[in-house]
Amino acid sequence: MQYDVTLRINYAYSQPTMHTRNLLRLLPRDIPGLQNIHDWTLALTPRPSEQVWFTDFFRNPVASAVWHDPIEEVKITLAFRAERHGEAPRLALASPLSQLPADLAACRDAGPESPLHFTASSRRVPILTKINAFARDQLTPGMSARDAVRAIGHAIHEEMTYSADATDVDTTVEEAFDTRAGVCQDFSHIMISALRGVGIPAAYVSGFLRTYPPPGKEKLVGVDAMHAWVRAWAGPETGWVEFDPTNDQFAGSDYIVIGYGRDYDDVAPVRGSMRGAGDQDSDQSVDVAVVA
Amino acid sequence: MDKPTKTGADSPLLRGYAPVQGVADELFDRDGNMRPVWKKFVATLSNLSEEELRAKFERGRQYLRDAGVYFRQYSQDPLNEREWPLANIPVLLHDSEWDEICAGLSQRAELLERVMADLYGPATLLRDGHLPPRLITENSHWKRPMVGVEPRGGHYLHFLAFEIGRSPDGSWLVLGDRTQAPSGAGFALENRMAMRRIFPEDYPRAYTHRIAGFFEGFRNALQKLAGDGRSEPHQFGLLTPGRANDAFFEHLYIARYLGLLLLEGEDILVQNGQAMVRTIEGPVPLGLLWRRIDASFADPLEYNPESWIGVPGLMDAVRSGNLAMVNALGSGVLETRALMAFLPRISEVLTGQTLALPNIATWWCGDDSARAYVRDNMDRMLIAPALSGDLPFDSNSETVRGAEPEIRQLLDDPAPDLVGQEAISLSTTPAWIDGEDGPRLTPCPTTIRVFAARTERGWTFMQGGYARIGPPGDATALAMQRGGSVSDVLIISDDRVPDTASTKASPDPSGHRSVRTEAVALPARAADNLFWLGRYMVRFEDVARLLRAYNLRLATTDSDDDPILASIADYLEPMGVDATQAIPDGLIDRLQAAHNCAGRIRDRFSTDAWFALNDLIRTTRQMSETATPGDDAARAMSVLLRKTAGFSGVVVENMYRFYGWRFLNIGRSMERCDTLAAILEHFADPAAPEGALDIALEVGDSTMAHRRRYALEPTRDTVVDLLAHDAGNPRSLLFQLREMQEFAEGMPGANRTARPTPLVRELLPLRTRLEVELPSDLTPAGLAEVREALARMSDRLSEAHLR
Repeated sequence: MQYDVTLRINYAYSQPTMHTRNLLRLLPRDIPGLQNIHDWTLALTPRPSEQVWFTDFFRNPVASAVWHDPIEEVKITLAFRAERHGEAPRLALASPLSQLPADLAACRDAGPESPLHFTASSRRVPILTKINAFARDQLTPGMSARDAVRAIGHAIHEEMTYSADATDVDTTVEEAFDTRAGVCQDFSHIMISALRGVGIPAAYVSGFLRTYPPPGKEKLVGVDAMHAWVRAWAGPETGWVEFDPTNDQFAGSDYIVIGYGRDYDDVAPVRGSMRGAGDQDSDQSVDVAVVA
Repeated sequence: MDKPTKTGADSPLLRGYAPVQGVADELFDRDGNMRPVWKKFVATLSNLSEEELRAKFERGRQYLRDAGVYFRQYSQDPLNEREWPLANIPVLLHDSEWDEICAGLSQRAELLERVMADLYGPATLLRDGHLPPRLITENSHWKRPMVGVEPRGGHYLHFLAFEIGRSPDGSWLVLGDRTQAPSGAGFALENRMAMRRIFPEDYPRAYTHRIAGFFEGFRNALQKLAGDGRSEPHQFGLLTPGRANDAFFEHLYIARYLGLLLLEGEDILVQNGQAMVRTIEGPVPLGLLWRRIDASFADPLEYNPESWIGVPGLMDAVRSGNLAMVNALGSGVLETRALMAFLPRISEVLTGQTLALPNIATWWCGDDSARAYVRDNMDRMLIAPALSGDLPFDSNSETVRGAEPEIRQLLDDPAPDLVGQEAISLSTTPAWIDGEDGPRLTPCPTTIRVFAARTERGWTFMQGGYARIGPPGDATALAMQRGGSVSDVLIISDDRVPDTASTKASPDPSGHRSVRTEAVALPARAADNLFWLGRYMVRFEDVARLLRAYNLRLATTDSDDDPILASIADYLEPMGVDATQAIPDGLIDRLQAAHNCAGRIRDRFSTDAWFALNDLIRTTRQMSETATPGDDAARAMSVLLRKTAGFSGVVVENMYRFYGWRFLNIGRSMERCDTLAAILEHFADPAAPEGALDIALEVGDSTMAHRRRYALEPTRDTVVDLLAHDAGNPRSLLFQLREMQEFAEGMPGANRTARPTPLVRELLPLRTRLEVELPSDLTPAGLAEVREALARMSDRLSEAHLR
């Protein structure tokens, strides 16, 4: 499947700010066998005083943009073509969940693809007793790790109400779980906490969803903005699987990955700081069109 | 005739000195003989009466108070400072024993450097099974942005501290490695200064190794690391989390002692991968930071996004290889408790050597046989989180005794989150403790912090240390959690130690370092705070004068609707000052604002000035509890005005006359001008009540001048003339503007023969106007224009220097 993607983000500051510095994690990465990115352009207005690219620990491309002179707004426009391949059919070799501790103990890899980065609580995702109890209720004896991911993801989808007004970007996992409402970020954080709590390494994925569904299917939730879902490690044979708790499905060819991290902090689309008082306001729009 | 001297062991001071069984003691060896290194010192002590000793100890305490050394908890309250808990007896170690310790620690430092390079490089220790990977990948101190980043200068570690203790068999053990941002070296220096005042005698002074050379060597190493291989000079400085931090005094002290820039996050910005110090002359390159903030707070863009004390983009400068960090970000991972279980083996793997100085025996409970051993020996164990980075005896440590029943249960299943450590007993050292029958030397447990710095000659060690001394009785490491005191560690030589030049307080013999530092870089934040300190102090003074006038009037009138009282109250009300309060909250707020500014630039003025300001705050707060309106409040204001004059005098007179001093004075002049204009606008208004002109003179501190000059009742013209146009009156607008012009023309970038700076351009028309026009021309509307011009001058100053 091929997509043409356009993303626009506008930031407005209530007062002119100096030395505004942003790290942008917006450009999807090439993932062998999964997706390729072509013909991308990133336009920043006003033109930044500095702009450099680097690759972070998890191999996500990052643009660092700095405006030293006072600015009152930033307009970001990203356009690219993405080629997304469907997932190869999985063999039924999925490890049982009970085997994961031994698999992890045998793992000695500390590279970016290692599951060992995604086992413990992280700043945004604590492992909470109540979420842990909720997750354990979804498990059955002898379950495979992959089935456990699906069961927990499904249960979160059933339990939670999608609501753009219930939370904001700084809402904690506990608050979102207590109110049983939130957006893709909250669904994903809760699922990551649940998975890690039962011993399944879980990562946060930021990315895009195709805007219009294939004929006869319903429009997915979260298509109007950037999206987030979960990547879980289901044992050495199965490896990583991606599940979207907001839409209750494994992430397939409708999904384009921007980056992986332990939680939102690692892949926040725009991470910024500025010198000066005042607030900021932002809006974004996303269009993910299928190339005919 | 010679005084009979006591030999020590039979000294009454030592009566009842009984080291705990099975515990080593610093004073006596295992056979009960006094260690030779102590003999002469104890003999000296024994020749002194209790009164003489107390007088000596008081000298040390007095020094610490005078130097402003206090112990403080993390707090915003400026007065939350406790007396520094110096134990009066140092710990003595012979230099031969010390050299052995340092040799062992030097090996350990090098090992830690190699472990660091591996954890942020190839990670072979994890791959080859020498370190369980999750101890690293789940560790919040292992900083992923640092993986693969080469440290500038080639080394990760430059300044380390080791906490060591003597085990019962007499050998030394490493109890903890401090690798992130070790504290205590500045306190060790202060303890030494105090100890020298307690024991100024030839012995032990002349036989004690000096510690100043260590700092001098390290400063040179920092300078080299900051500047080597650069085409232009680079600054280097100490990065502090700020004055709310419990170790801020130490940062301040080290910065002053070594002549380093004391920087906060907002002093630094990063441009094109190069860290810069924001100075009044614009950004200047920064080559090195001796950081005293944890890596998690260093850069909100790549570490904790909620940090307000870091530098956005700092990691960019590190990644670009332009900024050296002491120590590298991410070095905190080496403090992980569980690492100690593996270091002995890692040493053999990486260096082929066993550790000369072992660390405290540690077992990681994720390993089944280690867990079984810990469980079977619970009574001799301390249990702590595997990833804990604290020291077992820190007061807030997460360490607990293994003997607790609920702890025992935790080890029934694999417990990769826990470590067991041998609950060793520490050696005891004599401390001066008041008992029921008078003071005695009493054995108390001790640990010693040893400081190491990397120089061109490799790892060098402070010839001295920072001892922590626990309460008497219990010698287990855990007992230290309950706090105690601190002391100096004297490294004693058999021979006199040559008094080299390096022992001088100022490491730079040419003495021009402070000039150089200030001439090159006055951080904009410091200048901004000096400017506002000047303004706030004047503001406080002006309000106090008005309140005095108000309360004097109140004391002599019985009318509730006295027009002068109402006029003063009206003037103060928009400033948030309620004149009916004897000591209004709004007055205290102004002082607090001044204190906030002063606290951020304590490295730039004297301890005396700081004490004067604290005294002023304390007095004001005390008065606010008891003062009553009327005469009492008027008297209180007089006291406060005198104390304010004292503080201003110390600051303005004694400060080094350079840019910083000019900012302070511009702030003062600008505030004086603004108050004068506001006072004239309000109290010399033709519609003001009778007697208002007297108030204007009183606030302008010009009542006497007016009487001498005019010898008649004040009129609007005479008052305006004196407070606005009279260049001979230091409390006139014109005088203050002329002063301000002097200061402004001494600013960087100002040149008397070239075009005036924007600030001077705003100032000149105002000055000319006051020089040529008549008092009657200066209407209330004109005065409002004066105030607007002053506001523009403040903006011009900010634009030029304070960005």
